[in-house]
Amino acid sequence: MGLSEKDLVGLQHVPAEEINQILDIATPMKEIIKRQIRKVPTLRGRTVVTVFYEASTRTRVSFELAAKYLSADTTGITAATSSMSKGESIRDTARTIAAMGADIVVLRHPMAGAAELLAHTIKASVINAGDGAHEHPSQALLDMFTVKEKKGRLKGLRIAIIGDILHSRVARSDIWGFHRMGAEVRLAGPATLLPPGVEKMGARVYTNLEEALEGADVINILRIQLERQNRGLFPGLREYSRLFGINKERLKLAAPDALVMHPGPMNRGVEIAPEVADGIQSIINEQVTNGVAVRMALLYLLTRGGSKHEITC
Amino acid sequence: MVKEKAQILDTEGIRRSLTRIAHEIIEHNKGTDNLALIGIRRRGVPLAKRLAARIEEIEGRSAPVGILDITLYRDDLATLARQPLVRSTEVSFPVSGKKIVLVDDVIFTGRTIRAALDAVMDLGRPEVIQLAALIDRGHRELPIRADYIGKNVPTSRKESVLVRLQEIDGEDKVVIFEPPD
Amino acid sequence: MKLLVKGGTVIDPVAGKTMEKDILIVDGKITKTGVHLSAGGAEMLDASGKMVAPGLIDMHVHLREPGFEAKETIFSGTCSAARGGFTSVACMPNTSPVADNAAIISYIKNTAREKGAVNVYPIGAITRESKGDELAEMGDMKEAGAVAFSDDGMPVMNAGLMRRAMQYSRMLGLAIISHSEDKNISAGGAMHEGYMSTVLGLKGIPSSAEEVMVARDILLAEETGCRLHIAHVSTAGSVRLVREAKARGVKVTAEVTPHHFSLTDQTVAGYDTATKVNPPLRAAADVDAVKEGLADGTIDVIATDHAPHTVEEKDVEYDLAPFGMVGLETAVGLVWTELVAPGVLTPLQAVMKLTINPSMVLGISKGTLDAGSDADITIIDPAASWTVDPAQFAGKGRNTPFTGRLLTGMPYMTIVGGRVVMREGIV
Repeated sequence: MGLSEKDLVGLQHVPAEEINQILDIATPMKEIIKRQIRKVPTLRGRTVVTVFYEASTRTRVSFELAAKYLSADTTGITAATSSMSKGESIRDTARTIAAMGADIVVLRHPMAGAAELLAHTIKASVINAGDGAHEHPSQALLDMFTVKEKKGRLKGLRIAIIGDILHSRVARSDIWGFHRMGAEVRLAGPATLLPPGVEKMGARVYTNLEEALEGADVINILRIQLERQNRGLFPGLREYSRLFGINKERLKLAAPDALVMHPGPMNRGVEIAPEVADGIQSIINEQVTNGVAVRMALLYLLTRGGSKHEITC
Repeated sequence: MVKEKAQILDTEGIRRSLTRIAHEIIEHNKGTDNLALIGIRRRGVPLAKRLAARIEEIEGRSAPVGILDITLYRDDLATLARQPLVRSTEVSFPVSGKKIVLVDDVIFTGRTIRAALDAVMDLGRPEVIQLAALIDRGHRELPIRADYIGKNVPTSRKESVLVRLQEIDGEDKVVIFEPPD
Repeated sequence: MKLLVKGGTVIDPVAGKTMEKDILIVDGKITKTGVHLSAGGAEMLDASGKMVAPGLIDMHVHLREPGFEAKETIFSGTCSAARGGFTSVACMPNTSPVADNAAIISYIKNTAREKGAVNVYPIGAITRESKGDELAEMGDMKEAGAVAFSDDGMPVMNAGLMRRAMQYSRMLGLAIISHSEDKNISAGGAMHEGYMSTVLGLKGIPSSAEEVMVARDILLAEETGCRLHIAHVSTAGSVRLVREAKARGVKVTAEVTPHHFSLTDQTVAGYDTATKVNPPLRAAADVDAVKEGLADGTIDVIATDHAPHTVEEKDVEYDLAPFGMVGLETAVGLVWTELVAPGVLTPLQAVMKLTINPSMVLGISKGTLDAGSDADITIIDPAASWTVDPAQFAGKGRNTPFTGRLLTGMPYMTIVGGRVVMREGIV
């Protein structure tokens, strides 16, 4: 048991059996969350440090709860983006983390490759909690866990991911993960927000939303950010909503028991209609609970046995 | 090569031991009121189920059975090269106020039972926790003893005791193995 | 002071011949070439088993002085050139202050004369501070010694301004060197746009960012009659545009860097910032196309775009790292390993692209072994295998993605003006 790598930087190279293992262990972890006493002593004496260069309360709290339920000590660094513009790089932060004696570092960073850079710099295990447009593996794992819990399988399912694929680390991790587990991944979004060559990652690409939704078992709706409009990547939110927003009528194109997911935070009325977000097919709230369970599984698996990792930096 | 030294129990021996333990549990607890059995993964689980069946035969009343996975409570996680697989704990009844009988196949150092005690306590506050083990092979490292024992087996530390059960292994027997010379 | 280079295979790009000859050097000039020349009291340099070429010219380096002496200086940069087998370099004007006036050009020339290990030819800026707003004093700079004009690194986005720069430069008889990049297309990009940028989540620089500007500048050169040199060609489309323009008779030449014919965007996986370079490492089809362009003569020149940075500047997130890699000390090894050994170029063709061709673009009297010319000679050991180790570099920069790469073909000796400035790797 256990993962073959020290770190979880992305799902690109994680084999199917390891993904299965994480999902399998998340089930008993979820059982712990449902208890009255939500705590097991597993990671007593271990330290989990969350380092967030981007504000993301949801992901940070999810990791912190996961660590606390496993009895790890947690501490967090919220690095202001301004210190980076002053020329402070991730290497400087690495020195601080080393001084804290971390066993696991959870990193959120606005730039692709930051997690890999940190992983090479410190001895502690690094979990990438999102690096630029690169990957966000724990989000994809919780997506897979949630779908598997509902559908009993991943193999053969049709997963439609809708929206800004170009800037989405969630989309990339989802594509690698679902594709590796034997699902059919479809992508749809404005042509200017579809990255080149993405089909080679194992996905079918559509610019017509209706075609992508046809018979889908899962619809994962990505957040559209207004700043992309300001940079001229699409004409406007109104038109985006008209062309790619998921409403009740469009949901009917998918399989009758299709699940609706969203990694949050949602723009209700833009990429997702309120009646879809709150509808019976929506499993958005369960994603949040499952996120903690999956992250508990990750923390458990990445806290390798043997002596505490010695930190040198 | 590891070699089999002796067979301690066969199918009949295991059956007789469990019958006796079932009687002892009923006697000790004055019936089955508030009684619940919790098997420790993996081989404590079929043993707990067999004991429950036996108790129901004798008393005509059933006791609920739960399943406990103690992996997350182990005290040796830090010394293992890889993390062991975690399986689910399935205790569908509230443990608070219950008379809990923990069931395992072999009691050895006592560390598994220590972990199991913590795990049960995290589920609630039982009235009492008792322990039933098919084999007690000695060599305790913690002040823990079993309330119900199928068979005491003096062993050397080097030897290992293997319990094989129909539900998991396709046969019922208990054997001692001796390490190579 | 007499030197006799004896027993080598002499590659003469002017005569277009390769033959065993000796070269006699007297007082810094080549006086005689021929078979079995007698020493007559000259110091003997044994070149047997080696290739003897005119001193190599790198027409695209960043010496960083003045202003960025932590990255490189004229002294360290020319030492790096000497160790890489180059006897002359042309340096880009993106210093601080920018080399956009005669004073800076003179400063560079004078400093190089005092401290430089090899010849240095400054390239002047096209626009003031390379800001792309108004023309720099190109005439003054020519008088001070500028050999061409370029806003390398800061593409001239205003087509009208570029047109006037070409009209003006044509009058002066100097070439415009185009850093072809449409900033509106490339904005914020860190690597080639394609499958790899998608996988890595880095913003891509599409091939069109380069090709749009190559096409624009070719049209302007065609109209103005100015000599145009396209710096660091990296895409198949650029090669095609240059090939078509040459066929039409446009006065355009082009260069490619060793990294663009050796590496693809696959190398960026792992986010090693040494792979961050502008233009970016492209796809395999582009590498094939530039090799084809080298072979068929579309690409005239091999130049390194030697761009040293400090370790601290490169030891950051990929997006934050500056563009550029060092190239002077790996160029010969890469040319021989990637081009000559597989038969893309003959040794003679390779030497032409490193000597007489760049000298013609810059209009300098270098790159020849004719009697009476300056005794700039590079001796190459084509069979020597070596492993790239940045710790051995004579330059300050260590930013190379070739660390640990095994290369065959190594500069053996560099002679500048009859003086041995590098022998077996020692400057």
